[in-house]
Amino acid sequence: MRVSKRASGALAVGAAFALIASGCSSGDSGDGGDAGASKDGAIVIDGTQPENPLVPANTTETGGGKIIDWLFTGLVEYPNNGGAPQNALAESIDTTDSKVFKIKIKPNTKFHDGTTVKAENFVKAWNWAAYGPSGAQNASFFADIQGFNDVYTEDPDGPDGPQKAPEPKAKEMSGLKVVDDTTFEVTLAAPTAVFPTKLGYSAFMPLPDSFFSDPAAFGKKPIGNGPVKFVSWQDDVDIKLTRFDDYNLRDKMKIKDVTVKIYQDDTAAYNDLLAGNLDFQQQIPVSATAGDKWKSDLGDRAIASTTPVTGIIAFPIYDKRFQNPKLRRAISLSINRQEITDKIFFGNRKPADSWANPLTPGAEPGNCTACKFDPTEAKKLLQEAGGFTGKLTLSYNADASHKEWMEAVAQQIKTNLGIDAQAVGVPTFAVFRQNINAHKMTGAYRAGWQQDYPDVENWINPLYVTGGSSNDGLYSNPQVDALAKQASGAASIDESHKLFAQAVKLIDQDVPSMPIYFGGQQSGHSEKIKKMELSNVGEIDITSVEL
Amino acid sequence: MGRYLLRRLLQLIPVFIGTTFMIYALVWKVPGDPFAGKCGDRGCPDNFRALMTEKYQLDQSIWVQYASYMKNLFQGDFGITFSGRPINDIIATSYPNTLKLAVVALTIEAVIGLGAGVLTGLRRNGFMDNLVLVSTLFLIALPVFVIGFVLQWLFGVKWHIVNPTVSNEMRISELILPGFVLGSASMAYIARVARTSIAENRRADYVRTAIAKGLPMRRVVGVHLLRNSLIPVVTLLGTDLGALMGGAIITEGIFGINGIGRQVLRAIVTKESATVVSIVVVLVLVYLLMNLLVDLLYAALDPRIRYE
Repeated sequence: MRVSKRASGALAVGAAFALIASGCSSGDSGDGGDAGASKDGAIVIDGTQPENPLVPANTTETGGGKIIDWLFTGLVEYPNNGGAPQNALAESIDTTDSKVFKIKIKPNTKFHDGTTVKAENFVKAWNWAAYGPSGAQNASFFADIQGFNDVYTEDPDGPDGPQKAPEPKAKEMSGLKVVDDTTFEVTLAAPTAVFPTKLGYSAFMPLPDSFFSDPAAFGKKPIGNGPVKFVSWQDDVDIKLTRFDDYNLRDKMKIKDVTVKIYQDDTAAYNDLLAGNLDFQQQIPVSATAGDKWKSDLGDRAIASTTPVTGIIAFPIYDKRFQNPKLRRAISLSINRQEITDKIFFGNRKPADSWANPLTPGAEPGNCTACKFDPTEAKKLLQEAGGFTGKLTLSYNADASHKEWMEAVAQQIKTNLGIDAQAVGVPTFAVFRQNINAHKMTGAYRAGWQQDYPDVENWINPLYVTGGSSNDGLYSNPQVDALAKQASGAASIDESHKLFAQAVKLIDQDVPSMPIYFGGQQSGHSEKIKKMELSNVGEIDITSVEL
Repeated sequence: MGRYLLRRLLQLIPVFIGTTFMIYALVWKVPGDPFAGKCGDRGCPDNFRALMTEKYQLDQSIWVQYASYMKNLFQGDFGITFSGRPINDIIATSYPNTLKLAVVALTIEAVIGLGAGVLTGLRRNGFMDNLVLVSTLFLIALPVFVIGFVLQWLFGVKWHIVNPTVSNEMRISELILPGFVLGSASMAYIARVARTSIAENRRADYVRTAIAKGLPMRRVVGVHLLRNSLIPVVTLLGTDLGALMGGAIITEGIFGINGIGRQVLRAIVTKESATVVSIVVVLVLVYLLMNLLVDLLYAALDPRIRYE
């Protein structure tokens, strides 16, 4: 999940829509820009300095993430409207049991260095990312594949202990087999219906042969297979990209050059946008969203969109005080989410009312009964739970803008339940995260979740299943685990969604965490851009840009 | 003079070692595992953290870390950042930018500040004096980010006179606005100090003598009065270069300048000791050398001061 630590609040993502040009002076009936202007056109968009070398399986933050998204095309891709994934590089992904997948890729597509994309480019890339000693940040995405445990070993006493992770038995996962140049077979450890959906996530991108000889050099000058080719990267200044003319998977980019200008301060970027020096800003600064200033500044160049991000406050269920579901439900019911999104976020975010973000396929709006505001019921439940003694801390990382809404939540709990609730800022995200990882939280804490791939599975398995990669509160309900397992292994996506819906009902009874708001994004573009779309995660879809 | 200079230069060595160690220890003491927060709310896989911890020797004691940092430093290698960038590159690109900005700021504050100071010092309580008094009060009272945002919006967005942010070429014409913002507070102080100093020396015996001798006013002010009144101003200006470079974080952010402020801020937040120390070490050297230069300038301005 790619929520940058600095901008997890601002990070937004969008249901896509097309913008029809407003300032189209020629008055032609076309739905977009002028093909001539677009052909050699160049745009400047805002970005942040990537925190890591640009290797797909090692990029988890937004600065590098969007570059990766443009440079690579995976087996499947997620449509801008947030719907179900479609085949992109894959010709077909066939399975009879959701366990063995036969993947056929389209022949004769090229990497930017001119080499052909072959089946082994996938297999080798996945094996590299999963191999423990490579230390890839996205290694856990390959855990579904048979043989993952042979290539990825856990450190017996955690990374802080003196022992080291033992050398893995194997270098390659036994579940991956190259059949021929355009076909490979993936065997999973257990049936996983959502596996084909995951394949559009950046960790699953193919890598050219040159990567394996020198991963470090590749990270500075990545070679992808997407519609956009890497040109240069000057640290802290800009990243230059250009159209890949041999791209043949779908529409080529209509404009030619894209410069991602690296900003340190989003207000500086916004002023550049207003002055016409910047063509697109993905997230308008908070200062400009207050009082809807950005809408009057930008007029119809302002784009408001919703994003598959949910702001959550989680409970440390390993702490005795939080083990009573009635107490957790009481706290959740005492929060007036509507008031928080209206007053703190000026209506730019929406009050959460379901466990999975409603933009996600398989999610059901309104299925979080604990997300209602019902102070009477909350008081009753608190009494039944035997009250709450001591101070209830709500921690957040103070290096991003979370203070206001966390304090508002604390105040509501205090007013509506009489619990001594207090919002506590932890100076940096690193310390905050370290305490969460070590299960040392003594009160509720801020969490956030942005989907990695559009399926309800991504909102349940990592967060609410025992041992899930982000189940930091150690919530555990055997019934939920059983249902989620059944759902993951279902023969079809529809069936899987039905079973997940049942699991969500149980989660809703237990209230392991409290969804508070759904993300929203406020973007803006220059007068130069006549037509553009946002991707399913709110990034500018640069193949759609017309000038 | 030569011996004095040598002594001062030798003093730099313990100061250099002391500051590097202090800063290294301070950053080392900042709590938090730098690799725990790198992967967003999901948290980083243990293997990633283990690999990075080993690569950057974070499991070693501070003595081992500091010793290996110093060893590389003496070979001219500042180390690499957590994202694998050589710190030498960062210093080579960001220092010239910040220096350029600071020099522009210094020039603006020297010219305007001194000009206003001389004008008001010679004619106290006039209209100019009151105007400068009020406007300097205004500059001192306003935080630099307010001045920065307001001027950026007025000149960059509303009137379109300049670009709101500075391009990568760092042209001098683009730096005038950020330079003014950065130097604004110091400019006000310089104007006030110069005014007081001039006003005081205006009544000194040697000035009265010079006027009585029938020297033209320009010469009285330009040679006798100004030269003797400059010592406090030079002290302020000299130490200000270091302060401007170190204090440019906000201005650099507002105007999108790729300078050391951004790098230090990022490195402190991500607990990147090597980067913080490397940048600050160079800054410390700037301070020390500027101080030395100021001391030498005293002798040039006032012949009564001799170093031996």
